[in-house]
Amino acid sequence: MEHLIELKDVYKIYHMGDEDVHALDGVSLTIDKGEFVAIVGQSGSGKSTAMNIIGCLDVPTSGTYHLGGVDVSTMDDDQQAEIRNKMLGFIFQQYNLIPKLTVLENVELPLLYAGVGAEERKERAVAALGRVGLADKQKNLPSQLSGGQQQRVSIARALAGNPSVILADEPTGALDSRTGREVLGFLQKLNQEGDTVVLITHDNSIAVKAKRIVRLQDGRIIYDGDASDPAAVVQPEETGADGEVGV
Amino acid sequence: MNFTQSFKLALKSLKTSKMRAFLTMLGIIIGVGAVIVILSLGNGMTNMMNSQFEKMGSNLIQVMTYGRGTGGTRDVDVEDLYELVDKYPQYLTGVTPYVSASAKVRYQTDDYARTSVYGVSEAFFKEDTKGTMQGETLAEGRFLSYIDVDRHQNVCVIGDYLAQTAFRGDALGKTISLSGVPYTVIGVLSKSGDSSEGSADDVIYIPYENAQRMGTGTMMMGTDEMFLLTATSRDTASAAKGIVEKRLYKTYQSSDYYMVMTSAEMMDAMNTMMNTMLIVLVAIAAISLLVGGIGIMNIMLVSVTERTREIGIRKSLGAKQKDIRGQFVIEAGTTSAVGGVLGIVFGLLLARAATIAVGAIMSSSMNGITFSAVPTLSDIAVSFGVSVGIGVLFGYLPANKAAKLNPIDALRYD
Repeated sequence: MEHLIELKDVYKIYHMGDEDVHALDGVSLTIDKGEFVAIVGQSGSGKSTAMNIIGCLDVPTSGTYHLGGVDVSTMDDDQQAEIRNKMLGFIFQQYNLIPKLTVLENVELPLLYAGVGAEERKERAVAALGRVGLADKQKNLPSQLSGGQQQRVSIARALAGNPSVILADEPTGALDSRTGREVLGFLQKLNQEGDTVVLITHDNSIAVKAKRIVRLQDGRIIYDGDASDPAAVVQPEETGADGEVGV
Repeated sequence: MNFTQSFKLALKSLKTSKMRAFLTMLGIIIGVGAVIVILSLGNGMTNMMNSQFEKMGSNLIQVMTYGRGTGGTRDVDVEDLYELVDKYPQYLTGVTPYVSASAKVRYQTDDYARTSVYGVSEAFFKEDTKGTMQGETLAEGRFLSYIDVDRHQNVCVIGDYLAQTAFRGDALGKTISLSGVPYTVIGVLSKSGDSSEGSADDVIYIPYENAQRMGTGTMMMGTDEMFLLTATSRDTASAAKGIVEKRLYKTYQSSDYYMVMTSAEMMDAMNTMMNTMLIVLVAIAAISLLVGGIGIMNIMLVSVTERTREIGIRKSLGAKQKDIRGQFVIEAGTTSAVGGVLGIVFGLLLARAATIAVGAIMSSSMNGITFSAVPTLSDIAVSFGVSVGIGVLFGYLPANKAAKLNPIDALRYD
């Protein structure tokens, strides 16, 4: 069967001065529809690069990436934009709402860029806000909401475009633990309702809320398996290439 | 790309930072305002001149001869031109010298320093149209006759201003002193303007040789003599002009010593001069528009930097390059369009003020023609279009910079 996300031998190499940094060093990964995957790793492990590539914000140096059966690894800026618009819903650590726009206008944005007509746009945005329980806040500005509410708005925005994958980058990073749990509960609920969720985090306690954990270190996958397996949360003890001991 | 949303967004950001928006637009406001005022004044002047020429009649031909120093050959005088009129009746209907005299006008104890005194022949008054070559008509009495001119009679025809002010409406048969010589009023002209001091109604016509004796007054620089001829019609005016020129050339053997102009040509020449002046002035004003455009570009570049994160967010949500570019171009265009509208309003107010000011200064010598500085609709439309165009043009560079931002870097930007 065709996988929803399929990375094959993906390398991402940055040139820093004379040195080549392998942010991703031969990553192969498949994620199927309906999964809830946490990509975990320390900073510098390559998880942000992985998220950029899965999120079609960047292209791999080599290797292929198929999203929904389409090879997106060689697409240009605008083609990627279109894929992001149709297939992906982003949830960011900093919520990334546009402060000048109302909650409703923020949620409408992906639909606006998809070319959805004004009426349908509003209808779908209101419905998405309804799913996160903020239908009554649509006229507010983001600054008038609490952090948790803002993150829920950004979830609604991610949902509005009806994406194939919801990509959450440290979604609880800026929240206190109670609202963080709430947001995670939300992602779990979305997953139960059939959405595919990819969660990127450095925090094991958050990663275990997913069904599957993919652990990255130095650009390589060092664990890929069920989140309930104790091995999934074991911190690697091996030393990195630069001799630094992993935490 | 959703145009209305970008437009609304642009208006919103203008509203939220009014001071900044105003300063950004200032260059455009001043530039458009200046262009509108200049075009308004130009229109007002052109209209005024045209109506003045129209009053004069379109078949008038003006001949000016210039002093030629101590040359031996004789000048062309009015007799030569009479001959010409007799010879070509199908082209020319009349000729008169037109001498501006510097005479002290005095009635009883009052001086009339601004009254113009002109010496003409009886031909200045056209029997067929019952009016002078310049379109004035008689209210009462008669015009100068051949006898009056031939015998240098001390008679005069006066304008409405003197008739009303000096003689209280009862001028016929009374005498008025011109440089100490008493002249009998034989005719009064109808009011042609607002009958104010110094206007076309404040005029006295006397036999031309009498005027020459008084000493000629203010004439166009270097002009020796001036004659007025009338062509049979507007259509024969240029042919008639050719005939006159030929005759003048025969005497002077050079075209440097005379100038012959039909009123249509004078009108054209004035209009051409006016337009050239306007183009230069508008070009200068347009520099301010250019500066305004650069101001907009500057602020848009700042805005792009400030909103890098917003651009990243939009891109992550699927905005293509053209969407981002469009958003910023529309924003720049909206800014300068609003500036353009304000500039037009500003310009209209200034033009109104200019109309009032010029009206106050010139009312006495306007000959009933009003000056009104109003731009044409196309002036306004073009000014508006140009201001939008400038916004779009100068907004493009910053917009393109925004469109090309890398979404990852933009998202990470603080």
